[in-house]
Amino acid sequence: MLQDKDRIFTNLYGVHDPLLAGARTRGDWDGTAAILARGRDAIVDEMKKSGLRGRGGAGFPTGLKWSFMPKQSERPCYLVVNADESEPGTCKDRDILRHDPHKLVEGCLVAGFAMGACAAYIYVRGEFYNEGRMLQAAVDEAYAAGLIGKNACGSGYDYDVFVHRGAGAYICGEETALIESLEGKKGMPRMKPPFPAGVGLYGCPSTVNNVESIAVAPTILRRGADWFLSLGRPNNSGQKLFCISGHVNKPCNVEEELGIPLRELIERYAGGVRGGWDNLLAIIPGGASVRLIPKSICDDILMDFDSLRNVRSGLGTAAVIVMDKSTDLIAAIARLSKFYMHESCGQCTPCREGTGWMWRVMTRMTEGRATIQEIDTLEQVTRQVEGHTICALGDAAAWPIQGLIAHFRPMMEERISAYKARISSPSRMAAE
Amino acid sequence: MPKLTIDGIEVEVPAGSTILQAAEAAGIEIPRFCYHERLTVAGNCRMCLVEVEKTPPKPIASCAYPVGEGMVVHTDTTMVRNGRRGVMEFLLINHPLDCPICDQGGECDLQDQAMGFGSDHSRYAENKRAVKDKDLGPLVKTQMTRCIHCTRCIRFITEIAGVPELGATDRGEHMEVGTYVEKALSSELSANIIDLCPVGALTSKPYEFVARPWELSKVDSIDVLDAVGTNIRIDSRGPEVLRILPRLNEDVNEEWVGDKSRFALDGLKRRRLDRPWLKKDGKLTAVSWAEAFSAIADKVKGMSGDRIGAVAGDICDAESMLALKDLMASLGSANVDCRQDGARLDASRRDFYTFNTSIAGIEEADAVLLIGTNPRKEAPVLNARIRKAFVARGIPVGVIGSETDLTYRAQQLGNDPTVINALNDGSHPFADTLKNAKNPLFIIGQGALARPDGSAVLAAAWRLAGTMGALTPEWFGFNVLHTAAARVGGLDLGFVPGPNGKSVAQMLDGGVDVLWLLGADEIDTARIGANTFVVYQGHHGDAGAHRADVILPGAAYTEKSGTYVNTEGRVQRGFLAVYPPGDAREDWTIVRAFSQLMGKTLPYDNIDALRMRLEETNVVFSRIGFLPRFGCSDPAAPSGDPAALSDTPFTVAVENYYQTDVISRNSPTMAACSATTPALAAAAE
Repeated sequence: MLQDKDRIFTNLYGVHDPLLAGARTRGDWDGTAAILARGRDAIVDEMKKSGLRGRGGAGFPTGLKWSFMPKQSERPCYLVVNADESEPGTCKDRDILRHDPHKLVEGCLVAGFAMGACAAYIYVRGEFYNEGRMLQAAVDEAYAAGLIGKNACGSGYDYDVFVHRGAGAYICGEETALIESLEGKKGMPRMKPPFPAGVGLYGCPSTVNNVESIAVAPTILRRGADWFLSLGRPNNSGQKLFCISGHVNKPCNVEEELGIPLRELIERYAGGVRGGWDNLLAIIPGGASVRLIPKSICDDILMDFDSLRNVRSGLGTAAVIVMDKSTDLIAAIARLSKFYMHESCGQCTPCREGTGWMWRVMTRMTEGRATIQEIDTLEQVTRQVEGHTICALGDAAAWPIQGLIAHFRPMMEERISAYKARISSPSRMAAE
Repeated sequence: MPKLTIDGIEVEVPAGSTILQAAEAAGIEIPRFCYHERLTVAGNCRMCLVEVEKTPPKPIASCAYPVGEGMVVHTDTTMVRNGRRGVMEFLLINHPLDCPICDQGGECDLQDQAMGFGSDHSRYAENKRAVKDKDLGPLVKTQMTRCIHCTRCIRFITEIAGVPELGATDRGEHMEVGTYVEKALSSELSANIIDLCPVGALTSKPYEFVARPWELSKVDSIDVLDAVGTNIRIDSRGPEVLRILPRLNEDVNEEWVGDKSRFALDGLKRRRLDRPWLKKDGKLTAVSWAEAFSAIADKVKGMSGDRIGAVAGDICDAESMLALKDLMASLGSANVDCRQDGARLDASRRDFYTFNTSIAGIEEADAVLLIGTNPRKEAPVLNARIRKAFVARGIPVGVIGSETDLTYRAQQLGNDPTVINALNDGSHPFADTLKNAKNPLFIIGQGALARPDGSAVLAAAWRLAGTMGALTPEWFGFNVLHTAAARVGGLDLGFVPGPNGKSVAQMLDGGVDVLWLLGADEIDTARIGANTFVVYQGHHGDAGAHRADVILPGAAYTEKSGTYVNTEGRVQRGFLAVYPPGDAREDWTIVRAFSQLMGKTLPYDNIDALRMRLEETNVVFSRIGFLPRFGCSDPAAPSGDPAALSDTPFTVAVENYYQTDVISRNSPTMAACSATTPALAAAAE
């Protein structure tokens, strides 16, 4: 369990002043120049050593990602911060943006310096209107205080931070679609390779990081990689913001160590499952894009990247969506399918055609208006989408359904049988 | 060069190639929809999936994946087959199965690949998507429900045509290809998207429900509606030309064709001259060939040669021009001219009137100066090459002429010939750009030459090219862009006034008593004196035929085997696709028959003998198709005084791209195109 002294986001709930004066009292912008003075390689090495894994969902080691940036580049390099937080169930970046924006701004400087970037572009989700304004206020303050801009923090390094607001498309949270959108084009993912570290924003080397990954970086560098490693579990070090929603008594955002048992997380912070733990049906542990896990797994699963991967789910953005026994699970997953159909960019075939197909079948499954064999067809269709697309949205659309079929196939079959029985049973005649 | 193994075949390809290209080099076919070698890679259809060893166990889109040393690729594993079958299924679930009423049927990539790589049944039981059709103008018919979103059309219009009017709106399965606000495509190359569309979403509107591909006989030929010499294929059924498609020729048109060249063919069926006519008592009457010929013979016999003249039009084949020139010579006349528009072209040396850099050579240029020309209207396929060079390297383009959208960024330098000399003496700021360019390219259009000071403009442009280093043995950057397919051929044959011969203007203004117009319709017939006896030989009842005293029906370019020389000086040969209508005959045979009547029988009685004569006349005619590139060996300038430039602004040679010659003027499709082009429609009113 995370102790108060180890918390990074000490203003997560917004009870203190989010702006510069308050941020300084929480330790932000403390000795930033000294961190920069360590040099690029030292910062990247420290980040690598800390074992920080990307907080946006994929869990790619952040330090390693930074090290892909060219050491020498004729073209400018950019840091792009993904604040297009749209994953259903996730609301952690939002709290950072509105309650602790200086963590992010300082992180932009440190991370940008470490990768040789000349500027950071923060792409804020369109719907985050107030959050975007708060962030802009923080950026303006930082400029005024000389923390960024020319000779940032007196380090001799020139660094700009730009806030850009999106228009509210889920796909623009995909890193290359985000870059396209930032360039003013339609948000459609690019083919990889080339990766953004080679050809990214405006054709220049770029790194796209999640808000949380960047916001924790200055604290890690101040307190040291060893401190961060001491939290969490091996290969899953550190703390993480968890967003607990759904059928819990007190939905909340909370900062905890990685590897905390799921049950403890829910019972300690969210007031437990509505109607008690035994009323639990299933949990989606990492935002809509991962496979759900039934109660039997929830009982003793640890919340970290590797543990969840081992049960064929994922930590994702650590958005825990709790569903108790009152939930129509098929309808819930069908709603997610609709979401993915709506948010598919339409660029590549399997996702464009497959998401609509999956949603239509899922809609019928909700009623039971299908055949048992169609469950297998549906499963095959998800496999035909998964791994065949340009970006991961196809995978994300397939996994919830795969999770449903893997764990709750009997429920689906039952629904189909019930529908069949209802249709075929002769309706009662009025008494003659 | 990385070496890789594809299906056990080892192949070495240039670094930076994709797996798909490497597979092609190894002779392995990979199915694809969105990939096209002339467009950017989109990678969205996911049909070209392959498996690469030592990568994450998922299929890889080969069209976008760069090759690596020692890579081992499999294109026929279970994973690949299943992947393709899956993609095929997805493409078909929302594709209507209306092949029997689809014009693409029989030449449809989706049909072919569904047979090759698809499954034998569908598992899709839901409703199919229906999409509202778009109106893209009179050429491209849309059936957007059939669209598979490969975006080839969007990429073509944006990248090659340079008119970014197509795009995708909405997203996911609601994504639609269209023009945002409905409008007709304004590109002169727009119909190429019909060829690019792998399905029946974009089909030819004039060809709608006309024929099936297997009913057509196909003949390779050359287009004559501009001077590029686009290689085309003529598809016909029975006596009718039904369709014209571009043929691949990397040196000329790549695989594109202008809209006029593709769609003016319905003009071939209208207002055709299909029998000889003779003016009796001021009224044209249908007569026999013998009667028509004897009427001319009566007029010509005993007449002095210098009172007889001939003008060749813009779409004549070299054979008929040579026969006519020989006939005129035998009658003692040196009054021949092929420059209807009066362009002051200097025929004394071939490089004074050809596109010396060659069309493919445009890609090597690093600065371009356009003088009195609008290549977008005069030669859209050639303009696409300039755009290609512009897109690839952002080369600076300067324009002396009226301001217009060329589909690439061009700097307006002025609109009168004096700018040429200002560039030459370095007083114009663009001079430095040209001076610093290694391969500057100069293109002189007919708008700069068909004017009283045309020879001066030509000489000044040549001098400027010399000053800027474009007349060296390594780089020949002086180019004349023609608008007429017959022009270079005519100049090569010497179809220009001989010693004491009269030019077009002199002939029109009463210099001759008998005027033989060989397909010449773009002259001011009102200038021809009332007493001049006019023989019109051609295939359309247009301006020339209206003034004629005798009409001799000839063959259009689809109806004869003929040789044409394009603006580069490339000699190309077209072949007969259908027979001329009615009593019309191939043009050289008409001249030959008349010569016999006059007792001056021309010394050839078959096309091969005539072509021998062509080669004798000018050796360039012995080289068909291939064009050697020369440097500039002799910088001596064409005749003309570069100082004698006027300051009259240049006019444009082609006002209306869609209606430039007898065929396109008689084409309802081209008329519809003019009507949908706002500027042209406004001018018409």
